[in-house]
Amino acid sequence: MTANAPALKKKRHNRMPMLAQAGPVSIWMILFVTIPMLFIIYISFMSRGTFGGVEYTPTTESYATLMDATYFKVILKSLEVALITTGACLLLGYPFAYYIARKPPEVASKLITLLMIPFWTNSLMRLNAWMLLFQTNGPVNNFLQAIGLTEAPITFIYTPGLVLLGLITNFLPFAVLPMYSSIEKLQKSLLEASADLGATPRTTFLKVTLPLTFPGIFSAIILTFIPALGTYTVTDMLGGGKVLYIGNIIKNQFGAIRNWPLGAALSVLLLVITALLIFLYTRFAKIDDLEVL
Amino acid sequence: MNQTASKKRAARRGFTKALGDIYAVLIYSIFYIPVAVMMIFSFNDADRNFFWKGFTTRWYGELFEFGNHDLWESLAYSLVIAILATIISVVVGVLGGIGLKKFKFVGKKFIDTMIYVPIIVPEIVLAVAMLIIFMTIGVKLGMGTILIGHCTFCIPYAVVTIKGRISGDNETLQEASMDLGANRVQTFWRVTVPSIMPGIMSSAFLSFTLSFDDVVMSNMLAGASQSTLPVLILSMNRTGVTPDVNALTSLIVVFMVVGMLVSNGFTRHRKKKEAKLIAEAESAISAARSKM
Repeated sequence: MTANAPALKKKRHNRMPMLAQAGPVSIWMILFVTIPMLFIIYISFMSRGTFGGVEYTPTTESYATLMDATYFKVILKSLEVALITTGACLLLGYPFAYYIARKPPEVASKLITLLMIPFWTNSLMRLNAWMLLFQTNGPVNNFLQAIGLTEAPITFIYTPGLVLLGLITNFLPFAVLPMYSSIEKLQKSLLEASADLGATPRTTFLKVTLPLTFPGIFSAIILTFIPALGTYTVTDMLGGGKVLYIGNIIKNQFGAIRNWPLGAALSVLLLVITALLIFLYTRFAKIDDLEVL
Repeated sequence: MNQTASKKRAARRGFTKALGDIYAVLIYSIFYIPVAVMMIFSFNDADRNFFWKGFTTRWYGELFEFGNHDLWESLAYSLVIAILATIISVVVGVLGGIGLKKFKFVGKKFIDTMIYVPIIVPEIVLAVAMLIIFMTIGVKLGMGTILIGHCTFCIPYAVVTIKGRISGDNETLQEASMDLGANRVQTFWRVTVPSIMPGIMSSAFLSFTLSFDDVVMSNMLAGASQSTLPVLILSMNRTGVTPDVNALTSLIVVFMVVGMLVSNGFTRHRKKKEAKLIAEAESAISAARSKM
């Protein structure tokens, strides 16, 4: 007992820095991430109150509503749009990331800064700019009419097409950055070895470059697909309330419509999709390697 | 024969390079066109931005007559929230990054996973989840709730940034400092903090921009209180954004770019100075040696 006392005291003493350093972040995450996430799952299985809000009687009604034709269509449409956005971001972003990664480091870091600067402009103002460009009497329509491609102005604003343009331009940098850092890490000697062993540039790309940069590509998929699936600001700004995806439906349940359990159920759906993608990711890469910055 | 083949190859390489440059310019223009359009429309002589009506600089003038109170109040509100969110997130995030890297404890893996939740999960889900909690326990929505929301997604970025900056060297340095008689607090301020200073700066910058630009959290957790600048812009969208918002946004961008150039200049200057000092010290040492 007496022999143990100093040892115990020492152990207590050593805990102080751990509590001071890891404590606040742990408490914050549990209070404001874990508990709200668990609570939203709980709410999604409750009933809708008569005047909005929640009645605490368990039901799976909200999930049944999601299977309704109207909501189900919105979900499918949102998945489709998020998929197209992701595909476009990968196809546009990979060659661009490759271009930057093959520059000397000091040039590459300048090019990356050049990529970040536009994002210091408020994202809504950038979306608004696309709308000004594509207005019915805006510059794009004037140009198309001037070169005789169209006689009457084309309606671009508040269409799914313009929303898609907004989504792609908004999320492209988040696809470029992780792909850039994985291409940059790729060792040149491997490519040279492949060429020396007689592989054509195409084979080298398909058999060496692409597989080795796959973690970056998957990071890019996660960082574009999930936010594209959940966004409501892009659709709000460019769709003008006429183009509705999952994000808008969730938001509306907490505004005018006030059906919290339904909004919660849709949120849980997004959580499940996210978890599935992350699970796939962790099958072949560590979560710490997910390039989020 | 051989010469023509290599010429051909060189020509082809040049062609591919030109193609790459053209492609890069195209992609960059996708990012810069909206910024340029946004700035051009700050000179639009119309009350609401829909169409171009003519050139004027009056919006910049009116901006500094402080006539548009909504705009300035929203900006001030956004700035206060962003500054507070940055301070809280950097303190909690930097301590957390160090702590989560250094210590092992029960449930650490769980916290490590939780860190990634706000980064990966769609923001609307986190915002709605927090809204439900706040409403259920009866917390009044306002600046406090927006601030909590912002910190919840800024802290994880700070933690990830700091964790990436800490290497084995830090541990060694800390041990050396303690061996030399410094206590924990001294070691923290004199050794640990300076060694991760770049990480602290970049997480502060990131927190500030994330908070200042945020719409989703601010919109959900604001309640009936004052709206932040992005929320004000969102609400203006249907009726047309007033060009003074374009003017203000343009000024903010110019301010940030100038700030970046100045800070880069300082860094370069400091590095040059350090290199000069090191060179001087080395020559002094070698001079002393040759005398011996």
